[in-house]
Amino acid sequence: MKVSYYPGCTLKTKAKDLDFYLRKCAEVLGVEVEEIENWQCCGGVFTTSNDEIATKLSSVRALSEARDKGQKLLTVCSACHNVIKQTNYQIKNDKDFAFRANNYMKEATPYEGETEVIHFLELLRDEIGFDAIKEKVTDALKDKKIAAYYGCLLLRPGKVMQLDDAENPTIMEQLIEAMGATPVVSPYRNECCGGYVVLEDAESAKKKSTSITENAKKMGADMIVTACPLCKYNLEKHDQSIPVVYVTELLAEALGIKEGAR
Amino acid sequence: MNKKAIRDEIIKISGVNPKKCMKCGKCSGTCPSYNEMEYHPHQFVYMVESGDIEPLLKSESLYKCLSCFACVERCPRGVEPAKIIEAVRLMAVREQGKNHLKSDAIPELLDENLPQQAIVSAMRKYSK
Amino acid sequence: MQRIGVFVCWCGSNIAATVDVKAVAEALAAEPGVVFSTDYQYMCSQAGQDMIKEAIREHKLTGVVICSCSPRMHEATFRKTAESAGINPYMVEIANIREQCSWVHKDIPTGTEKSIILGRAAIAKVNLNAPLTPGESPVTKRALVIGGGIAGIQTALDIADAGFPVDIVEKKPTIGGKMAQIDKTFPTLDCAACILTPKMVDVAQNDKIRIFSYSEVEAVSGFVGNFDVKIKKKARYVDEEKCTGCGLCTEKCPQKKVPNDFNLGMDMKRAIYIPFAQAVPKVATIEADYCNMLKNGKCGVCAKVCTAGAIDYKQQDEIIEEKYGAIVVATGFNPISMDKFDEFAYNQSKDVITSLEFERLTNAAGPTAGKLLRPSDGKHPETIVFVQCVGSRCDACNEKGKEYCSKICCMYTAKHAMLTRDKYPDTDVYVFYIDVRTPGKNFDEFYRRAVEEYGVHYIKGMVGKILPEGDKLKVRASDLIENKQINIDADLVVLAAAIEPDKSARPLATMLTASMDTNDFFTEAHPKLRPVESPTAGVFLSGACQGPKDIPETVSQAGAAASKVIGLLAKDKLMGNPCVAQSDEMMCNGCSSCERVCPYGAISYADKEFRMPDRTTKVRRVAQVNEAVCQGCGACTVACPSGAMDLKGFKNAQILAEVDAICR
Repeated sequence: MKVSYYPGCTLKTKAKDLDFYLRKCAEVLGVEVEEIENWQCCGGVFTTSNDEIATKLSSVRALSEARDKGQKLLTVCSACHNVIKQTNYQIKNDKDFAFRANNYMKEATPYEGETEVIHFLELLRDEIGFDAIKEKVTDALKDKKIAAYYGCLLLRPGKVMQLDDAENPTIMEQLIEAMGATPVVSPYRNECCGGYVVLEDAESAKKKSTSITENAKKMGADMIVTACPLCKYNLEKHDQSIPVVYVTELLAEALGIKEGAR
Repeated sequence: MNKKAIRDEIIKISGVNPKKCMKCGKCSGTCPSYNEMEYHPHQFVYMVESGDIEPLLKSESLYKCLSCFACVERCPRGVEPAKIIEAVRLMAVREQGKNHLKSDAIPELLDENLPQQAIVSAMRKYSK
Repeated sequence: MQRIGVFVCWCGSNIAATVDVKAVAEALAAEPGVVFSTDYQYMCSQAGQDMIKEAIREHKLTGVVICSCSPRMHEATFRKTAESAGINPYMVEIANIREQCSWVHKDIPTGTEKSIILGRAAIAKVNLNAPLTPGESPVTKRALVIGGGIAGIQTALDIADAGFPVDIVEKKPTIGGKMAQIDKTFPTLDCAACILTPKMVDVAQNDKIRIFSYSEVEAVSGFVGNFDVKIKKKARYVDEEKCTGCGLCTEKCPQKKVPNDFNLGMDMKRAIYIPFAQAVPKVATIEADYCNMLKNGKCGVCAKVCTAGAIDYKQQDEIIEEKYGAIVVATGFNPISMDKFDEFAYNQSKDVITSLEFERLTNAAGPTAGKLLRPSDGKHPETIVFVQCVGSRCDACNEKGKEYCSKICCMYTAKHAMLTRDKYPDTDVYVFYIDVRTPGKNFDEFYRRAVEEYGVHYIKGMVGKILPEGDKLKVRASDLIENKQINIDADLVVLAAAIEPDKSARPLATMLTASMDTNDFFTEAHPKLRPVESPTAGVFLSGACQGPKDIPETVSQAGAAASKVIGLLAKDKLMGNPCVAQSDEMMCNGCSSCERVCPYGAISYADKEFRMPDRTTKVRRVAQVNEAVCQGCGACTVACPSGAMDLKGFKNAQILAEVDAICR
């Protein structure tokens, strides 16, 4: 299968691994990933205010391009995923917003929410299937105890994101199992890491991040897996005693294709 | 703008109807930034509804909200407190010269690992 | 030509303040057929009715038009008045000039004009009215009660007490319902079993009452006084007549891993079981999905140990057909699923339980023999947090919970908190509440005792999230009075889950053509004045199937439903509604359109011989209406392509005459 792919800024700079291993894994799993041309930054956060149009146009452009190609739009960074999925939801459900956004865009065909936005995890679960992954993995992660960390952006608002049960998600745990490792279920897995507030109030972010890492360690996890560069940054910055890895990198390791990394 | 106009503007741009609130306090019971805030999520909803918005506009609480949507997810009445906080914050930073985070201040905040995502998010939340 | 009298009512100032009643009477006097027209302050008063009677005699009236309030209020009154003066009651028509004119219009000219128009329409209709005589139907003197909880039990006992036979259909193997699962009852704290089981025994011993346990209603047809009901008695693989309830089979059965639904899955039962010691009927039942003998023919232990020879692996579902005069719905409630509220970690920790599970944990016959122990490790919980309103009072757009208040939770939570503190004074008990709602006799006093005498910590605020950490449940909540976020390390969390109607209620309502609200609670005929009757004649409501209720309220309503049933069964005959459909056989083309749309199954077809103009005979298929079954809804008259179907009292010609009079 072929999907449109929106990597996002951070994946071109500080989170190159997240992007690099996504492409590697996709190749092995038989998914052709076609990067959106001239994509622009999603803005990092979805602005909930009704009168914000311009800040959402980069998402609409990406969505519209995927629509024109008749492809699903793949994302992996939690922030990009949240912003693009929320924008897509708004354009589908808010006629006024759709009208105004399309007015700015002046596209040949107005975009009305036709594209399906999927996260890399959804690609694995719904398109490839965890059973198929199970067949392809090596025993590289055998005996590893891994805590999934979802954070906020992948799950909330649940009504919009629809990735999994927002309060008791299992998608990453299922993947961890499929990769041959043992999932550690931490109750803090959908608590906020502190996010962008780290710039405003580092102490606040520290409190939040350490409660997450402390609990994962207490529950016996060897490492934490995440899909979000900012979560990874916050967790690592405030606690160096437990590794935090990207979900794509972990999957590459499980698939035995981590050699030859950058 | 007078009190009522500010209130109506906040309600309009947030799309939230604070009258739906049943004052259960679940938003504040679930907020991870509660202790960093002077005014808490349930107070934002109540104070906007009653027009007592001036203290909110001046409060640092505006910049403590993580936009984690825990309150939005769990509110039994569908009030979506985070959207109210966002609207009040926009009212504050949209005023000329009132950017909470100025671009000049950014270099000082950087470290070598800080992802771009954090900077653009913060700029979007704190500045116009 | 009719001789019509018009009577315009003032209804004090209710009508007269916004409608010029004299002008209405004068204008209507000039309508065709009207020979007398007048107005009066209160037409429904004795003096007003006497005036109508006198006018009927004096002016030899054949028809009457009353311009007054809604026909729902006084149509029956004025029909009786006309009948006592010697004219057919169906020659009376009401023009509603109160609800539809004076109450909705502000100025006199508009109100008056519309009143005249509505009066005109009524007169036009009466000109085409014909006397109607209602048919009679007999009453089957037996009642059916669907559901064997405390509501059904009380209703059945009261009906039987009046001398009428009653059948109870209960889908579980025993009657008793939710009350049988409860430990103590508020506000008196007497034990539920102590007050319920004697009633269950009364039911078992009453020779007027039959219990169809492990049974469900399959189909209902017929109408008030004459319902035909099919009841499916599910195979329990035990002969009820032979089983003595000794319980030996339930001890010897080797299949021990069957989730015990009576204890809400908190322990296991055998594949053959009796739900609890005081079950009625005290008969064993085999859980077919778990029984090795039924699954693969390998076992047969229960049959070997049964000295009564009651085990019957070949038993089949059985259909029982019975006639009833009245049906009482008492299908009860269930707590909602906690799946959509996992911020409270119900699916993530065994130590987060619902209030009904708490009842079983404190019940002497429960999984812990009444000792309050944590489900995870069997330890005594030292800190317990109760969370109120889980899934109640939710906004509709939230799509998770219910919009209504579940009504019983404030009181049972106070009870749980109080009993815990009484039995285990070393336990810290917190209750998070939004409002404490205790309207009921001795209810608020009860709640205050929990706070003042038993030291339960009531905190105004809601729990936001529960984090199961190690062997503790970290409860994060708000304290609105102190304006603080608080964190409590709890050992046990009890969720007051919203309640909802039993899932069987919706299909049952369809079978009964009884109406329901959007929450699947049965609708009453009138929310204030007819609270125990369904709008469908002969169907009555008892207990929580109509709305959330506690035990005292359920028992009152159960008795009220019984008295309505008794009132119905005491009659030998029921007067039908003469406004039923009628088929003009000469015009009917036998197309079956009417039969297909009839919601009551009142229309059938028959082959009939007709004489043709050339003196030959021809057999044609024509529609026939069973007048006793027809409810007069009129669907067939609209569906009929040849205009053969008409509704007596509301003939097409009458309706069109009304429309013409309005448009004139």
